[in-house]
Parts: sequence; C-alpha cells; structure tokens
Amino acid sequence: MKQTKVFITTYASDISGACSALYELGGMSVMHDASGCMSTYATHDEPRWYGSDSMVFISGLTDMEAIMGDDEKLVNEIAETAEKLSPKFISIDGSPIPMMIGTDFPAIAAEVEKKTGIPSFGLQTNGMHSYLNGINMAFKALAERFVKAPAASAKGGLTANIIGLTPLDFSLNGSAKSIKKWLSGNGIRVISSWAMGSSLNDIVRSAQASVNLVISYGGIAAAKTLKEKFGVPYVAGIPYGRHFSGKLLSDLKTASGTGKSIVSYVTGEGSKKADMAVVGEIVSAGSLAYAIYAETGRPADVICPLECSREFMPAGSIAATEEDEIAECLGHYHTVIADPLYRPVCPHGCRLVPLPHIAFSGRMFQGNIPNLTADFYSFLNKI
Amino acid sequence: MLKQIHGECGIQPACVAVRDAKFPEPFQQHGLEFSSPARGVWNIVHIGMLLPQAHLVFVCPEGCLRGVVQTADEMNASGRLSTIDVRENNVLEGNIEKLMVDGVSDIIGKLPQKPPAVLIYSSCVHHFIGCDLTVVYKELRKKFPDIAFGDCYMNPIMRKTGLTPEQLMRRQLYKLLQPREFDTKSVNIIGNCNRTDESSELVCLIHESGYGLKDIVLCKTYGEYLKMAESPLNITTLPIAHAAGVALQRRLSQEHVYLPLSYSYKGIEDNLHRLSDILHVPERNYSKNIAHAEFSLHKAKKIIGDCPVAIDYTATPRPLSLARLLCEHDFAVARIYADELSGEEKGDFLWLKEHRPEIEVCAATDPRMRVAPNRTDGKVLAIGQKAAYFTGTDNFVNMVEGGGMYGFDGISRLAGLMADAFLHEKDTRKLIQIKGLGCGCCL
Repeated sequence: MKQTKVFITTYASDISGACSALYELGGMSVMHDASGCMSTYATHDEPRWYGSDSMVFISGLTDMEAIMGDDEKLVNEIAETAEKLSPKFISIDGSPIPMMIGTDFPAIAAEVEKKTGIPSFGLQTNGMHSYLNGINMAFKALAERFVKAPAASAKGGLTANIIGLTPLDFSLNGSAKSIKKWLSGNGIRVISSWAMGSSLNDIVRSAQASVNLVISYGGIAAAKTLKEKFGVPYVAGIPYGRHFSGKLLSDLKTASGTGKSIVSYVTGEGSKKADMAVVGEIVSAGSLAYAIYAETGRPADVICPLECSREFMPAGSIAATEEDEIAECLGHYHTVIADPLYRPVCPHGCRLVPLPHIAFSGRMFQGNIPNLTADFYSFLNKI
Repeated sequence: MLKQIHGECGIQPACVAVRDAKFPEPFQQHGLEFSSPARGVWNIVHIGMLLPQAHLVFVCPEGCLRGVVQTADEMNASGRLSTIDVRENNVLEGNIEKLMVDGVSDIIGKLPQKPPAVLIYSSCVHHFIGCDLTVVYKELRKKFPDIAFGDCYMNPIMRKTGLTPEQLMRRQLYKLLQPREFDTKSVNIIGNCNRTDESSELVCLIHESGYGLKDIVLCKTYGEYLKMAESPLNITTLPIAHAAGVALQRRLSQEHVYLPLSYSYKGIEDNLHRLSDILHVPERNYSKNIAHAEFSLHKAKKIIGDCPVAIDYTATPRPLSLARLLCEHDFAVARIYADELSGEEKGDFLWLKEHRPEIEVCAATDPRMRVAPNRTDGKVLAIGQKAAYFTGTDNFVNMVEGGGMYGFDGISRLAGLMADAFLHEKDTRKLIQIKGLGCGCCL
C-alpha cells in the first residue's frame, strides 16, 4: 500500500479530535508534541480558537527530552501551569514521537493528579488516526471518570444526552442548537450535550438520561461506556428531514423503553441500486442518505473514508480510506455529495454537491456549511 | 501607559518591565506553550512553494500532514503538494524507506506533468527510527534521472538542536543549485520571503552599480532559479537566512555577506558601505535618505502622537532596534512581544533599559497569555500581528519579517504605514488568521 494522497487533503487527526471534544468544559488539554499539532489544531481544526480562553497547550517536546525520557519535566510543567490556571481537569494527549518511545500517558496523568489534586487522564492519541478516534478517547474518559450514578429520584421521563457534538463535524452554524431544539420540541429533556453548549457539571449528570443520541461516530465509545456502566441505551442518527427525524424520534422512545440501542439509519434492508453517493463520517452520511431516500425515493450509497465498525454501516455502504479506493468507489456515480475538496477524485462529468466538513477542508468553506437539521429541504433542492 | 483590561479570571499577562528583564531570556520559562491565532509568518510549505514548478511531497503521520496540506489548499496550490501517510505499521515494521520510494514514485506517476524538481519533506519519525534517507534519494534519483530531488525536513522536535525547521528550510531551498560559471555582474538576495523593496537603498545600490539582482521570490521558472548559481555574491538580511548563505558559500563558493535588517542609521549605513566595498563602487552619501527618514518619522509622530505602540517579533527580527528608533523619535512605545531576544539586539536592549526602563517585554507563548484578556484600554497602534492580537487593536501594521522594507527607505515606508494604520482600522480577526502573509489565500 502506497498510502499516498496525490490530490486530496487529509482529515483532522486524533489529537485535534480529543482537544475539540473537551474544549468547552473548563479543562486543560496538553498535547505532548514539539509544535506542529498545536498550530494545526488552532488554525484549521478549531473554529472557536480566536479570542477564546480555552486552555489547550503544547509541551514543546524536544529531541533530547524524547531520547532521555524526561517525563518528570512534563509532569512538573503541567503542574506549574495548572497551579496558575486552575483547570477543572487535565487531559494529556500523545503525538507520534511519544507513541514511538512508548510514553505511558495514564501513568503521567496519575503523577500529575497526585501532584495537583486535579482530576487528570492520559489519552493515547498518536497523530496516526482520524479525529474520530480522539473524540472517542476523550468522551470515553469523561464517561469513565466524571459521570456519576444518578439518585433514583433524578431519573424520570424521556431525557437524553447528545453525544458526539464538536465543530469538526457540526461547525458553528447553529446545528448544535437545532438538534437540542428538535429534542426539546419533541418532549425530550436534554440533560447534556457532549460537548458543545454544556458544562462539566452537565456531563457529570449524564447518567440521569433515559437514552443517548449519538450524532457522530466520535460519540460511540462514550455511549457504549454509559450503556455498560449505567444501562443507558443509545440511538445513532441525526435529525435530517421529516421522515428520518420521525423515525429517529420513534427509535429514541423505543430505546428508552426497552434499553436496547439502535442505529437508526441502518434498516436491515438490502442495498438499492444508487447513482448517488454520500461521502463522509458514517453517522452523518448514513443519516443523510436515509433522509434523502425517505423524502425523494432516490437511493444514495454511503462511502465512509474514516474509522467505523460494521454495525454502524448501512447496507451497501463502503469503507474506503485510501485515495485510490475512494476514486475507484466514486467511479460510477452521477452525483456525489461530499466536501468540495473531494472534487479531484470525482469522475469526469459527475456532479459534486458540496457539503463542506471542517474535519476535512478546515476553515476553507466554513461559511457555507449548511445546518442540515434546520435547513434540510434547502439542501435537498440542490441535489 | 498601556493597561490590560482584566477579565474575571484576574490572570495577568506574562510581562516584565525592560528594567527587570534578563537578556536574552526575559521569562526564564520553558514550560507549556500557547499558540496565538496570528498566522502571517511563512511556514516550510510557503517557503518550499517559492521554488518554481517544483512539487512538494510530505512524508509524515496524518496529524503532521493536516497542517501542511491545508496550507497548500488555502493558498490554492494543492496541485503542487502531495502526501505519504506514515502509519504505526511503518514504524513497527521498519519499511519506511520502501514506503518513501514507492510513494514518491506513485505520486510522480499520477501528476499531470512531470515536475523538474521534487522537494521531499521527511519528519521527526524518520530521524527517530533511523531512516536511511541516503538510500531513498539514491533510489529515486536512479528511477527519475531527469528530476532533481531536494531533501527537506519537517522535524520541529530538533528545533533546539542546531538549525530550526525554518532556518533549515531556507537553507535547503537553495540546495538544488548546481555550480555554474559566475556572471560577475550578478548578485543574489537569498532567504527572504518578501521581495526587498525596489526603492530601498540596498536594491538601488545593486542596480545603479550595474549589477543584476536575482531573488527566488522573483523567479518564475525553475530555469530562472538555477541561474541563481551564476551570481558570485549572496546577500542575506535576516538571521533566519544566514545558514543558507553559509551553506552556499561552502558548496558553490558564492561569497556570502550578511547585511542584517536594522533600524539604526549607523547600522544601515555600515551595511550599505560594506556592500559598496564588495561591489567595488564608491561609498555613497546617504544624508538625503536620512533626512527623508527623519521627515517621515516626524510626520508619523504628528499623526500618531502619544498613542501607545506595541511591537512584536514576527513583524521584524529586530523589534528592539525598531523600538529604540521609535523611542528616539518620541513615540510612546509601550510594549514589545518577544519570548526571547536575539543576540544581535543586546545593544538596543541595554539602551532601552537605560532610557525607557518602563517599556514592557511580554511573552507570546506563555500559557497565561491564553487566559489574560487580549484587550487594552484606549487606542493602541500595533506593529505586527501578534501585537495586534494581544492588545486587541484594529490599528495595526500588517507585516512579517520586516515586510521587505530595508534601509532608510524602509524606515520612511514603515513610518507611513504606521500613520496609515493609526488612521485606518483593519479587520484584525480576519487578516491575522491568514497563513503566510502575501502568499495568496482563498479564505
């Protein structure tokens, strides 16, 4: 395998995903890296960066520190900064070189916690996986570390957490608010949203929810942890269009009642002959393909260029991560819904319906990312 | 005096009065670092793109590739950059040499046109696993004898051991030059990302002495770039470019002269006289140029008055020299943003310590700068993007690396830009987030 990308860009990495997931919760994220990960995250992957005071820093790892294994220096520097800034928690994230030298992040986090008294956790990110892996690690750490078992009196009614919400998938275009509004408008009280527009205290109360709405593959690990620890089932899907939103709502009620998790956009039906493909993160692309078919009767295949497990893939969907594979997959479609930077690998004569994705094209088309929960039908008109 | 408006966090910015500051490290701090959103400084992609018609190939883990690919995408140059993704299995199996050769071959095979040169950027990972780059380049040169391969490096982990990645990039940019017969009437300026102003005394001196000027920023084709090897003299003006001059002197026997950007009249005059000497032309009298610089500074001072001025180290490699010049002309310099001070600026540091001890030196990467409010009371004139960001002003001179301004003419121009910035607000948020000022950007 040549592992080349000659024409297309690359997705945001796990380190950016982890930092993005924790950004609004009052913690401190430390990237253990020389320098590049930080500026990439701050420039391309974090549209909230300018003028905000979220604490994301880099350790400034040097060759000599890596060779000599000076973990004590890292622990001391984190503790020193934490003392000045008083974060609510500390996350220490890896990068390629720490992975190569076998840095033990959980052990470093334990040392930091001992020294500072601030809850700390280490994430084995390494810059060699996509942002979804990082979001999963960060949210799983929150689920394991902070979420408390609810008092019996705290549970009741149809309540939900939204899990998987970051600007990398949902931009800052109002999608977060629209999804919350959709839930509350349908009588579902939102306990927390992981992690835009919620505080760490909201996250702590998450086990009070009767169901989790997973809106990105980045939320899967936390949802599974909450299921395992507290018995809260999850439903995967995003409210796009009347028909699919109706199904999603029904699945949320069913899951809440039965305790069984559901991937809403996976129907169990066989694949249909499609001349259209949706390329992107699996929960979003799957929900969109389902919604388009439900509204128009026009089938669309899903092509997932990112991590995803089989249970989240609708029938006929294809996992393709290499540029050549993606180009080959797209070869016979007349219409492709994808980030505009996929244009170079779309076949000649194919119509690309642009659906920018910050995790792919960064800030380039940030102003043109549609809020598909609120404006699904305007988007549908473009297809 | 410039006062920071304090927010609820009550955390003070990391600043120290110059009277109390230590040289060259005013903060004695080597801990965690913050990255401000000011992005105008050129990175190794922007610099590599200066090589006309070249294709750039980065070989790194996905996390490192993201920033470089996005840099190219945003400058509408994605067709000139491709990547090879280093994964865990490559590190474990030790097949990184094969990955590079196969990957680069695959990329060249797919490009619509074969490039005359390919710059290959290896990363920290290669150095840590002991990748045999010599074998890689030997193999590639054998496979593609009509392509020149340049070895470049994205290894920020080595930034404190020898050259920084930025210095290294500026050196490697000229590595594809091959010995040619010298044209004794040709001179190069190397290592700059900005074109040196045509109106500067430096460029005028070169032209008016009958010499042709070559600079990679002026080259349109790879052939023009190769002709830079014909100049017997390389001039560098920035500390970051110095290593490039030294390397070419050693490799191509091109004489190297370092004429550092300076805001001191004497420093400028010394540089120009030195060049006259090298070009074998009589020293010039610059009294008229000095008078014009004085006039421009006084004119700017009349407009700007006592408005506090903040300067940062990305605007110019000599922020203390600039601060001194402005103080000598009664500008209210209040703050200088620099994490460390250049050894070249010791004299200016001592002068400021004696004459303007209250000026603050502020860190740009200290974590406290993330949470301390980036607003100040009253109007501030900033020179540089980081100074604009940290003071929260929309009145700023948008420049990096001296902005191509040099000599007395450069001072006159800068004074004009300062007055203009004082009178006209800019969209700081939008402008400073654009990568590689002047590179072209689709945002």
